Amino acid sequence: MSKTFMGWPTFPKAAETATADEQLRANVRRATHTIRTKRAALVEERPDWQDLRDTAAALKDDVLAHLDTYLEQIEEKVTAAGGTVHWAADADEANRIVTGLVRDTGESEIVKVKSMLTEEIGLDGALEAAGISARETDLAATIVQLGDDLPSHVVVPALHRNRSEIRDIFAREMGKHGRPAPEDLTDEPEELAEAARLHMREKFLKAKVAVSGANFMVAETGTLCIVESEGNGRMCLTLADTLISVVGIEKTVPTWQDLEVYLQLLARSATGERMAPYTSTWTGVTDGDGPRAFHLVLVDNGRTRALADPVGRQALRCIRCGACMNICPVYERTGGQTYGSVYPGPIGAILNPLLKGADDPQTASLPYASSLCGACNEVCPVKIRFTDVLLKLRHDVAEGDAKVKHRAEKVALKAVEGVMDRGPLWNAAVKAAGTAGRLLPKDMNLPGPLHGWTDSRALPDIPKESFRSWWKRTEGGTK
Amino acid sequence: MSSRETVLRRIRQATADLPRDPTPTPRSYLRHAPTVAPGDQDGVLALLIERLTEYGAEVRRVADADLSVAVAHALAAARSAVAPAGLPDAWLAQWYGLVRRDAPPLTPAELDATDAVVTTCAAAIAESGTLVLDGGPGQGRRAPTLLPDLHVCVVRESQVHSAMPEAIGRLDASRPLTWISGPSATADIEMIRVQGVHGPRRLTVLLVP
Amino acid sequence: MPTALFVTCLNDTLYPGTGQAAVTLLRRLGVAVDFPQQQSCCGQMHYNTGYRKETAKLARHFVEVFGEYDEIVVPSASCGGLPSEAYESAAEAAGDAGLLRDVREIAPRVHELTQYLTDTLGVEDVGAHFPHRVTYHPTCHSLRARGLGDRPYRLLRAVGGIDFVELPAQEECCGFGGTFSVKNGAVSGAMNGDKARHVLETGAHVLAAVDNSCLMNIGGRLTKDGHAVRTMHLVEILARTEADGPLADVPVARNGALR
Repeated sequence: MSKTFMGWPTFPKAAETATADEQLRANVRRATHTIRTKRAALVEERPDWQDLRDTAAALKDDVLAHLDTYLEQIEEKVTAAGGTVHWAADADEANRIVTGLVRDTGESEIVKVKSMLTEEIGLDGALEAAGISARETDLAATIVQLGDDLPSHVVVPALHRNRSEIRDIFAREMGKHGRPAPEDLTDEPEELAEAARLHMREKFLKAKVAVSGANFMVAETGTLCIVESEGNGRMCLTLADTLISVVGIEKTVPTWQDLEVYLQLLARSATGERMAPYTSTWTGVTDGDGPRAFHLVLVDNGRTRALADPVGRQALRCIRCGACMNICPVYERTGGQTYGSVYPGPIGAILNPLLKGADDPQTASLPYASSLCGACNEVCPVKIRFTDVLLKLRHDVAEGDAKVKHRAEKVALKAVEGVMDRGPLWNAAVKAAGTAGRLLPKDMNLPGPLHGWTDSRALPDIPKESFRSWWKRTEGGTK
Repeated sequence: MSSRETVLRRIRQATADLPRDPTPTPRSYLRHAPTVAPGDQDGVLALLIERLTEYGAEVRRVADADLSVAVAHALAAARSAVAPAGLPDAWLAQWYGLVRRDAPPLTPAELDATDAVVTTCAAAIAESGTLVLDGGPGQGRRAPTLLPDLHVCVVRESQVHSAMPEAIGRLDASRPLTWISGPSATADIEMIRVQGVHGPRRLTVLLVP
Repeated sequence: MPTALFVTCLNDTLYPGTGQAAVTLLRRLGVAVDFPQQQSCCGQMHYNTGYRKETAKLARHFVEVFGEYDEIVVPSASCGGLPSEAYESAAEAAGDAGLLRDVREIAPRVHELTQYLTDTLGVEDVGAHFPHRVTYHPTCHSLRARGLGDRPYRLLRAVGGIDFVELPAQEECCGFGGTFSVKNGAVSGAMNGDKARHVLETGAHVLAAVDNSCLMNIGGRLTKDGHAVRTMHLVEILARTEADGPLADVPVARNGALR
């Protein structure tokens, strides 16, 4: 079975391992800093960048507010253009629909265009269980699939791997699934890409069924849009007889013209390019060009749950550019797998609890996987206020509906607060701290949850006299 | 209840707190390339050339009369090339390689065994160095511009738009469109750009008046 | 009406020198300062960990203590920002309409100290003298939530005798993040390690910021690793004058004024 994030440890636990992995940290650091720098340069050349962001956010909010009518419009237009629309309330249903559609074609090996949604719902595993082999075609997704690995980034899923690791995976695994890598394969990126080209081309030429996601769905016209760099997407969208696009309902944009906003934001934010090399748009089926059968599977799988959260619903504006993870100081130190989901980084920290509910310890640990530094807010092309959503989700865990609760922490904070909102008690407590502080050695390691502090930091000196004692003694510094 | 109804009902419940009336969308972003004044078509063309060249594409400005020579030059290293329906025969007249018509449609294997493809385009966008193909005359199906390793694209100056907003409204969404911004590339290995993964590795643009 | 100093619980207990420097500096600039002694904590830690109802109680206390002052000055960007950033949603979570009204009313009167100096008082050269090599870390709250921009730099550059050096990768978080530093100790420590390394790269003897929480974090790392870089709240630098002379145990910058 393909690997999944089932049973993944909580974020702090997974991060202990990840932050200790020097190779991983070097790989992630190099990649995120490279994209960050390229993005910044291209954003700089657009004096209207903030205007584009404002429009992109407003359009998505309009989509979310009227999602029912937009989806009905998409269904009508796609159907009129010769496509078939299916609705899936959850992952199981989406997997059943796709598996059934592939079975109907009689094919047992299909090709896929990288899609985070199909990762989210575990489609490859479901197809595998039905005896269907789904081969990834994007280079990074291929690296992940051949290495029986998990994705760590929404744009560059194998970002955590370096060239020599990739070489080893190709040399070891390609032969098991088709054309083997050349005997003398080195770890030069050009050679690795060439090996992937030859390995995949065989599959493209004989593939009868392709599965994709989509970056955008245009309500006005029923047009789908995929943005990619390598041409593997074009291969799948063009050469197969049957195309099945599995798309989250939030990928909607209102009109064809509105694509101009997102197509100008996406590549700049995602890879630091003005446009990605290839953008494909199609509406249903076209006689004599491309697939003869087109199926669109509209997937909810928690999106309506997120939509019901008045603060959290802005996460559904996300266009999966990855800019938030590329800028995130936490992601930079942990890589993406630490988040235990195909959606890592700041967007993962909010989207996973919104889609699933913070009802298990792993999901409930995600809103806390942030120092709230706010760098993600600034780069997000659709202006998601990550810190607002993180704080709201923490509130759900601390005092709201989420099933996971941190009882000891609540008791501790309540005790502190009980003293703090009463002046005299607080005055006494501050005085006591001054006395106790002199007894604590500076290099001591604190027990329990506070060891997180003393593992890497000395305790501050606790002064002999608090500010308030000084104020009182000197009458406000006048004596 | 069908899943369609389930999902739609969930959406309506989830958005019950939101106003149904549409809210006006701010539209203050530029409709043209930031560095080129509106109406400056020379500036637009210069920008397109600059961007395409940055991508590693070869760009040549060619007079109509010299187009067949320029095509032959661009195809110098190719032994075979696809000519989609509607591509003027005269353009390939100076070239002595094997011209493959896509009628009846060439199989993927045949396309894979062809060195080059020559097409026109539906539009070009200077700001992002983008060529848009819509399957119209001289462009043909999508597959022939994908499998051969060299794509030679003839662009008319009048087809070049300053930026995306100017171009997109003139394109027909009901046709399958391919937007090409430089040759196939990847940066999936250590963020190092490698040109040519699955699509054509070389792109030559002939810009004609 | 005197200006109220909300010193913050962290400064009160661990960094009283910051509060004293704020009093010294504000008085030097002609501001009458009062310290309402019933004050305690803004509730930052509670709010950022998700405990909004608990925060509401501290917000209520804050309103009671500071309600009658026209201006409240806070030597911390994060605590100074809390009334405007958090108190409304805390009041909403507590379902307290009266509190909601009160916090909306008081929030615009709460000023982070740097902003108070540059915007309310309109000063940049505060008559300070500090002949040492200093670098400055813009804390996330001061940088992104409060938007202090170049205000702290303008204040620092106007200090007599100072040898000011820019901190590399300064806009990156130090990894403090309140309870983040404890809940996610490994990641926080990794972020802080990089920040401390950048501080050492500058060769500065003093690291300044407008949040002692972040300075406690970075300073804790520097101390643990055996480095003698001193951490100081910006106002402690601004409060010192030529008459105070250089700090006793910190190397003196000779050509600072020329840099």
